[in-house]
Amino acid sequence: MKKKGRVVRYNKWGYIFLIPFVVVYIIFNLIPLVTTIYNSFFECYRSGLTQVGPNYVGLDNYETLLGSKELWQYLGNTFLIWLMGFVPQILLSLLLAAWFSDPSLRLKGQRFFKTVIYLPNVIMASALSMLFFTLFSEGGPVNSMLLQMGLIEEPVKFFASVWGTRGIIAFMNILMWFGNTTILLMAGMMGIDTELFEAAQVDGAKPSQIFFKITMPLLKPILLYTLITSLIGGIQMFDVPQVLSNGSGNPIRSCMTVIMYLNKHLYSKNYGMGGALSVILFVVTGILSLIVFRMTVKKEK
Amino acid sequence: MKKRFLSLLVAATMVVSMFAGCGSKDNAAENNSSNSNTAGTTNTSTTQEAGNQAADNTADQGKVLNIYAWNEEFKSRVTDFYPGYEVVDNTHGKIGEVEVVWNITPSDNNAYQDNLDAGLLKQESAAADEKIDIFLVEADYALKYVDTPYTMSIADLGITDAELAEQYQYTKDVVTDSNGVLKGLSWQGCPGALFYSRAVAKEVLGTDDPAEIQKYVSDWDKFVETAALMQESGYFMTSSVMDTFRVYSNNVTSKWVEGGKINIDANIMKWVEDSKKMYDAGQTGTHGLWSDDWNKGFYPEGKVFCYFGPAWLINFCMAADVEGSIGNQGGWGATEGPQGFFWGGTWICAAAGTDNAALVKDIMLKITTDPEIMKDIVVKTDDFVNNKSVMNAMAADTSYSSKVLGGQNPLAMYCKGVESIDLSNLSNYDSGCNIDFQSAITNYFEGNATLEEALDIFYQSVAERYPELGY
Repeated sequence: MKKKGRVVRYNKWGYIFLIPFVVVYIIFNLIPLVTTIYNSFFECYRSGLTQVGPNYVGLDNYETLLGSKELWQYLGNTFLIWLMGFVPQILLSLLLAAWFSDPSLRLKGQRFFKTVIYLPNVIMASALSMLFFTLFSEGGPVNSMLLQMGLIEEPVKFFASVWGTRGIIAFMNILMWFGNTTILLMAGMMGIDTELFEAAQVDGAKPSQIFFKITMPLLKPILLYTLITSLIGGIQMFDVPQVLSNGSGNPIRSCMTVIMYLNKHLYSKNYGMGGALSVILFVVTGILSLIVFRMTVKKEK
Repeated sequence: MKKRFLSLLVAATMVVSMFAGCGSKDNAAENNSSNSNTAGTTNTSTTQEAGNQAADNTADQGKVLNIYAWNEEFKSRVTDFYPGYEVVDNTHGKIGEVEVVWNITPSDNNAYQDNLDAGLLKQESAAADEKIDIFLVEADYALKYVDTPYTMSIADLGITDAELAEQYQYTKDVVTDSNGVLKGLSWQGCPGALFYSRAVAKEVLGTDDPAEIQKYVSDWDKFVETAALMQESGYFMTSSVMDTFRVYSNNVTSKWVEGGKINIDANIMKWVEDSKKMYDAGQTGTHGLWSDDWNKGFYPEGKVFCYFGPAWLINFCMAADVEGSIGNQGGWGATEGPQGFFWGGTWICAAAGTDNAALVKDIMLKITTDPEIMKDIVVKTDDFVNNKSVMNAMAADTSYSSKVLGGQNPLAMYCKGVESIDLSNLSNYDSGCNIDFQSAITNYFEGNATLEEALDIFYQSVAERYPELGY
C-alpha cells in the first residue's frame, strides 16, 4: 500500500512535467483542429464590414471545392514545384554530405562551408523572395548581365513564363533547404560504422560501390525522414510563390499552391470554405504520411 | 565566456523590455488617475467653477487621437499645415494636450483595410484612448466604410453645408452613403492628366508645347498612332499597359457589379483590345503599377514618353526629389490626354464613437476648407486642393508655376478636368475588381492565356474575394 503510494507520488512528476506541452497542444493544435472541422460545415464570411452566416450548409463547401477543377490544378502545381525542388536538392545534398563525411578526402574549412550552406535558411523566405523578384525582373541585374554577355538580345521576362516562374521557385527552395538536408544526411552518414567502409576498401570496392552498396542502404531511415519532412513542408509551400507572384499565382495561376488558395479565401474571412480546404489538406497529408510510413515498416521487416 | 556574454545579453534585453512595459503601464495609470481626479474635483468642489469647466472640457476631449492611414501623405499635411501640431517622433505628435498616434499600415495585400476592419469592429468595446478617431479611405473602397454605421456623418460633427460650399461636388459624392448622408471630407481633388517627357516630345514630335502635344494624343486612335512614332525613335509610349487602365475604367457606363453579378464594361474591354495591340507591337510593358520596372520611366534612361496621373502622382510619387530624375530637372509637361479621369484621393472620415469629436471637426475644417491653408498647400506641394475659388484664383495667377512641370501652370487644365468627373458608376467592390482584373488580364497580354481563359481567372479571383458574387 505504502509502496504503491510512493509510485503514484513519483509518477505525479511525470504528469506535472507534461502539463506545459499538453496545455500548449490543446490551445494551439487541438482546439483549432476541431473548430476548423466544425467551421467547414458552415457558410460563414464577411462582406465588407457585414458578417454573413454562420449558416449550416452540410457538405456544400466540400462539394464546391472537390467539384471544381481548380483544387486539383493547385494540388498538381504544389506537387510539381515541390518535386522540381526536391530531386535536385537531395542529389546535391547527398553529394555534399558524402564529400564532407569522407575521411579520406580531408576537406579543409569544413566548418566554414557547413555554416555557409546553411545560411540561406536563416534569411526570411519573404525577404529572399523580394530579392529574387528584383534580381529576375525585366530590368534587374540578371537580365542586364545576360544582355552584356551577349547571351540574349532583349530582356527575358522570367515571371511571364510558366516554367521560368516555377523554376525560380524551385531553385529558391533548393537554395534554402539544401544546407539543412546536407547536415541531416551527414549526421546519418557519420553514424555508420567506419569498420564497414574499411572492410569494403580492403575487399577492393570502388568509391561508387561503397556509396551505393553501403552508405545508401544504411542511410535509408534518414532519407525517409527527409522525404517526409520535405513532403509536408512542400504541401505547405506558401511564402515564396506568394511574394514572387504578388499573391496572384500568375502566370495563369500555374504557381498557385494549395495554401495560397487557402489564403485567397481568408480575404473575406471565409472560414467555411477555408475550413473545408484545410480539412482536405489534412486528409491528403495524412494519407501521404501513411503511405510513406507503411513503406518503411514493410522494408524493415 | 561566450555563454556568459549571451546570458548577460538575454538578461539585459529582458530587463529593458520589462521597464518599457512598466513605462507604458505607468502612463496609462497616470492618465486614469488624473481623469478620476478631475472627476472627483467636479463632484466635491463648487467654488472653482471656471477651473472645473476647463477640466470638463479636457475630460470629454479624449487624451489620445488615433489616426489610421496607409501612407505618410495625410501625416505630412497635418505636420506642415495644421496650426499647433508638434512632432514627437515618427508615429507620434501632439496638438495642445492631446497626443496624436499615427497608425500607418501599407495598403499592400489589403493589410490596411484588414487592420482598419479589425479596429472598427471592436470600436465599441475599446477603451476611450484606444478608439479610432480618424481613418482615411480611398475612392475605390470608400463605400465599404461610408455605407455603414461605423462612420460618423459630417453633420453630426457640427460641420454645416455652407462651410463646404467651396468643395468640388465629386469629392462629396464619393463619401455620400446610400441614404444621401455625407460622411467624409477631402482636401484634394484628383483630376488626372497626361504627363509627357518634354525632352522626348522635342526629339520625336519637334515641340514640347502642351497645346501642340494635345493634338497628338487627343483621342485613343491618335494616341496609338503617336505610340508608333515613339517606337520608331526607340521610346515606349507608356511604361505599362496599366498606366492607361484608370483612364478607360473611369469612363465606363456600368458598374463592376450589377445585380450581384460581376460585370465587365465595354470600355474596359476596349482597354484590353487597345493595350494588347500596343503591347504586342512593343510600345509598352506589362509591369504592375508601383513596381521597379514601372518606376524606370521616371528617369531619362527609362525611355518612357508619358504617364497618366493626377497632381499627387507627379509631386508625390515620380521621384521629383531624386537627383537625375526627369521631375527633378523640371522635365515633364502636362496635357489633358484622350479622356478625362480621376485617380485616387484621400478622404478623411470620423469613426463613430470617437472621443475627440471637437478636434476631429477642427482638423477637417482647417485642412479641407480653410482658404489660407489650402492655398499654402498648393504653393508648397503642387497638390490640387478641394476648394473652387482658391483653385480658380491660382489657375489665373501667372506667378504660380510648377517646378516639376518645367514652369507650366497646370491648374487651369485640372480645374476644367475636375468638373467633368462622373462618379455614378462606383461600387464597393472596385478595389478588388481593379486589382484582380489587371493581374488576370496580364496573362492574356503576355500570351500565356487566351482572352477567355484570362477572364475566367478574373471571375474566379473576384468570386474568391467576394463569395457573395456570382458570374
